[in-house]
Amino acid sequence: MLRKIKPLLAAAGALALSGCQYHVLSPSGWVAHQERNLLIISTLLMLIVILPVLFMAVYFPLKYRADREDTSDYDPTFTHSSRLELVVWGVPILIILGLGYFTWVYTHRLDPYRPLDHLEAGEAIEVQAVSLDWKWLFIYPELGIASVNELAIPAGRPVNFSLTSSTVMNTLSIPALGGMVYSMAGMETKLHLIADSEGTYPGRSAHYSGPGFSQMTFDALAMDDAAFDAWVAKVKAEGDALDAATYLALETPSIDAPVSYYGSVSEGLFDRIVGLCVDDDTVCMGDMMMMDMMGGGGLQGIPNVPFYEYDRHRAIDGFGNPVSLPAPEPKHYYEAFLADPDQLCRTPLAAEAKS
Amino acid sequence: MATEHLQPQETWSPIFGRLTLDWIPYHEPILIGTFLGVAFAGLIVLALMTRFRLWLPLWRNWVISVDHKKIGIMYMVLGFVMMVRGFADALMMRLQQALAAGGAEGYLPPHHYDQVFTAHGVIMIFFVAMPFVTGIMNYVMPTQIGARDVAFPFLNNFSFWMTVAGALLVNLSLFIGEFARVGWLAFPPLSGAAYSTGPGMDYYLWALQIAGVGTTLSGINLIATILKMRAPGMKMMMMPIFTWTSLITNVLIVAAFPVLTATLALLTLDRYLGFHFFTNDFGGNAMMYINLIWIWGHPEVYILIIPIFGVFSEVVATFSRKPLFGYTTMVWATACIMVLSFVVWLHHFFTMGSGANVNTFFGITTMIIAVPTGVKIFNWLFTMYRGKVRLELPMYWTIGFLVTFTIGGMTGVLLAVPPVDFQLHNTLFLIAHFHNVIIGGVVFGVYAAVTYWWPKAFGFKLDDRWGKRAFWGWFVGFYLAFMPLYALGLMGVTRRMNSYADMGWQPYFIVAALGAVVILFGILSTFMCFYVSIRDRKRLACGGDPWDARTLEWANQSPPQKYNFPQDILVTGRDMFWKMKEEGFTWSTDYQPIHMPKDTATGVLISAFALGFGFAMVWYIWWLAILCFVAMLAIGIAHTFNYNRDYYIQPDEVAATEAKGASA
Repeated sequence: MLRKIKPLLAAAGALALSGCQYHVLSPSGWVAHQERNLLIISTLLMLIVILPVLFMAVYFPLKYRADREDTSDYDPTFTHSSRLELVVWGVPILIILGLGYFTWVYTHRLDPYRPLDHLEAGEAIEVQAVSLDWKWLFIYPELGIASVNELAIPAGRPVNFSLTSSTVMNTLSIPALGGMVYSMAGMETKLHLIADSEGTYPGRSAHYSGPGFSQMTFDALAMDDAAFDAWVAKVKAEGDALDAATYLALETPSIDAPVSYYGSVSEGLFDRIVGLCVDDDTVCMGDMMMMDMMGGGGLQGIPNVPFYEYDRHRAIDGFGNPVSLPAPEPKHYYEAFLADPDQLCRTPLAAEAKS
Repeated sequence: MATEHLQPQETWSPIFGRLTLDWIPYHEPILIGTFLGVAFAGLIVLALMTRFRLWLPLWRNWVISVDHKKIGIMYMVLGFVMMVRGFADALMMRLQQALAAGGAEGYLPPHHYDQVFTAHGVIMIFFVAMPFVTGIMNYVMPTQIGARDVAFPFLNNFSFWMTVAGALLVNLSLFIGEFARVGWLAFPPLSGAAYSTGPGMDYYLWALQIAGVGTTLSGINLIATILKMRAPGMKMMMMPIFTWTSLITNVLIVAAFPVLTATLALLTLDRYLGFHFFTNDFGGNAMMYINLIWIWGHPEVYILIIPIFGVFSEVVATFSRKPLFGYTTMVWATACIMVLSFVVWLHHFFTMGSGANVNTFFGITTMIIAVPTGVKIFNWLFTMYRGKVRLELPMYWTIGFLVTFTIGGMTGVLLAVPPVDFQLHNTLFLIAHFHNVIIGGVVFGVYAAVTYWWPKAFGFKLDDRWGKRAFWGWFVGFYLAFMPLYALGLMGVTRRMNSYADMGWQPYFIVAALGAVVILFGILSTFMCFYVSIRDRKRLACGGDPWDARTLEWANQSPPQKYNFPQDILVTGRDMFWKMKEEGFTWSTDYQPIHMPKDTATGVLISAFALGFGFAMVWYIWWLAILCFVAMLAIGIAHTFNYNRDYYIQPDEVAATEAKGASA
C-alpha cells in the first residue's frame, strides 16, 4: 500500500515545488504584501467558524446515525434553542464586525487611486498605460518615451499609472506587485504600485478582450536606478517617434506583438487617446460634452455625425481582422428630412466641429 | 491582419437576410463530428419513436400538458440534456488548457475556444441551473401546499416552451453561424456592434430574451400559486420551508429579470439600430451595462441557490426524523438574503475604479450575507443533532453540500474583501470559488432533490449503487478539478486564456482536466442510475411514502394522480403529513367533483414561432421575423377566445382511480 502511495506523494511534492510562483502569496511589492496580509487575516478570522462547521458536518451524521446502538439521546422536540440561536447569529456577526473593520482600514489604505507618497520611497514615476488590441502601450510622459509590451520601472520607487483603452475593456494586472484596475476607452483610471526589489514580474491583461487576449502579456522589469537610466537611454536611441500617425498604425489589431520602443512621444498624445480623438478628423470627448452642455448641435449638427464616430472605424471580425461596417450616411437623412437645403446653416461644418 | 482566417462577408438578401452558405461551419471538423453525432442519435430516436408509435402519446401526454408535475419533469429533462452540452464545453476547455502551455496552441483556436467558454457559462446558468430549480419548484411546491396545480396552468406550459425555444436557439448557433465570443455576461463594448460582428452575439441576445420571458412568467405564476392556492388552514408560517424558499426565489425572479430584459434590450438597440447606450463614442457608457447586468446577476445566483436551501431543509428534516431546527429563523434568514442580494452587485467590479468608501460599503454588505447563510448551515447541523440520521442517497448529497458549500462560502467572503479582490478578480481563484458554490450548492442540491423526489414522481427509488457512484464521481471530481484552480488563482493566473507561456502551470491544468474526467464518470453514472432504476423498477418499487417524510407532497400516491389530492386537506400545523400520520389519517371515500384545467397546444405553438422570430432576428430575415411575430400575437389573441378550458373529474372516476392506484 505504502509503495503505491509513495510515487503519488512524490508527484504531489514535485507539483507543489515545480517552480510555480505564487505571486499573490509571496509578492514583491508593498501593495501586494498588504493585500496578501489581508488575505491571511481574513482567512484566519473565518476559520474560527468554518472549522467547527466542517467538523460538525461530518461528525453529526455519523454520531447520530439511525442505526446506532443507543438511541436514547434521540430528541425530536429539539427544534429551537434560544441559546444556540444567540451563538449562531452572534459569533458570525462578531467575525463580520472584525472582518468589516479590517476591510474598512485596508480598503482605504490600498485604494488603487491613492498615491504611495506615504511610503517615503523616493520620487514616483508616471506611466500612462494604454490597452490596445492586443498589446500594451506604456508612455513615460516625464521621459518622453514609450514602449510596447515591456514595462520598465525603477525598483523601490512608486509607479503612478494612468490607464485607458483604445477599444474594449482590459485590466492592467501585475500580480507580484499588487491588484489590478480596469482600462476603459474614453475614460482614465488610476493605479499605484511599487516594486520592492529588482526582478522580472509577469504582467498581463486580466479581462477578456477578444481573439488576441491570451497573448496580451508583458514583462514588468524592475531595475535599479542606473539600469533604468540605461534602459531609458536605449529606448531613446533605438526608438522611433510616436505621433498621431504612428499611434493609429500601432492601434490596428495585432496578436502577440513584439516588444518595441519609441524614443519620443508627441505632447498630449495620451489625452487625445483618452478623448478618442487621436485622428485629426474626430471630435474629442471633452469637446463633445461641452457642446452637449451648450445645447448640442441641433438639426444642423446631423451631418457632423461622422466626426464623432469612433467604434465603427475599429470594427473587427471574429478572428481579429479589421472589417469595415456599412457606413450610415447622416447627411442623406438630413437632406431628406429638410426639404429645402437652402435653409441650412452655411457654416463650414467640418471646421466648426473640430475645436 | 491578425490571422489568416476570415469571417464570411456581411451580405444581405431580402429572402435569407444575412444567412449564406458560408455561415455553415463545414470546415470545422469538431463541429461536423458533433453535428453527425447529434444527427445520428436524433435519427435513431425519431425512428424508434415512429416504430413504437410514440409521437401522439408524447404530444398528448407531455407537450401540450398543463399538469405542473409533467412540466416539472420536462424542465428536469431539459436541464439534464443541456447539462450534457454545457459539460462537453467544459471538457473541451479543460483539454485545451491542459495542452496549450509554453507556446503550444492546443487544438482550439481562439475563435472557437472563446465561443466555447461563453456557451458553457450561458448554458450552465440559463439552460441547466435555471430549468433545474424551476423544474423542482414546479413539481414539488404545488403538492407541498396541497394544491391541484399552479395558479395559471397554461402560462406554466407556455413558460416551459419559451425556455426550450431559447435553449434551441443557443444550440442552433452550433451548426448555423457561430455563438458569441464575449464571456457569459457579454460586457460591452466587446459585445457591441463594432467588436462583435457576426451573428454570435445576436444569438446570445435573442436566446436569453426568449427564455427570459418564460422565466419571468413562471416567477409570477409560482408567486400567485403560493399566495392564493394553499390548502385551507395553511398559514404562511405553516408552509414547508421549500415552499418558503420558492416564494422568495420567485419574488427575486420577478424583481430581477426585468432588469436583465431591459439591459439586453438596450444592448439590442445598440447593435441593431445604432443606438449608443454602451458604445465608446457618442457618450455611451459601458460601465452602465456592467452595473445593470450585475444588478440582475447577483440576485440571479441567489435565485439558483435559495430553492436549493429549501431542498436541503426538507431532506435533512426527513432523514434526521426531526422537524427542521429553527424554522422561523430559517424563514427570516432567507428573507434577509433576498433583500441583501440587491445591495451587493458592485462587488463584481471592485477593480473598476470606485472609491474606497463605495468599495467598502459593497464589501461589507456582501460579508453580511454570510451571516444568515451561516445560520442556515447551523440549523441543518442542529437538525441532525440528536436525530436519527439515515444515510440514504439524498443525505450523501447533503453532507457533500455542507462541506463543499462551506469552503466555497469562505472563499466567497475572501473575494468580498476589496483589496483581496484587487488581486484575485478575474483569476482562476474566482472561477474555483463560484464553481465551488454552484457545483457544491446548486448541482449537489439538484441531485439531492432528484434522488429525494424521484420516488414521488415515479413510484420507485433510484438504484443505490449507481446513485452513490454518481455522488463520488461528482464529489471527488469537483475537488480534483477545482482545487488546482484555487492554486493557480493564487499564482495570479487569469481566466479565459486560450494558451499560456508558463510551463509551471501545466501540471495543475492537467490535474484539473483529470478532475473533469472524474466528473464525467459521475454524470455517466447518473444516466446509468436512471437506466438501471427504470429497468429494475419492480425491485425498487416503493409506496407513497418511502422516506417516512414530513410534508404534504407525500400524503398522496406515488406517482400522484393528475388531480394530486382526492380531497382538500385541512392544514392545522407545520410538517402536516407527519401530523396526519400520527393522527392515523385516512382519505375518506366521500369524493367531490374535481375542477381541472384542460391541456392546450397554444404554449408550444407560440414558442415555436418565438424560436422562428429569434432566428429571423439573428439573421436579419425581416419578413420571417414579422411573420412569426404576427403569428405569436394572433395565436395569443385567439387563445383568449378559447372558452373550453376546464372540466370536472366526477366522484366515481376519482373513486376508481384512487382504488386502482392504491392497489398498484
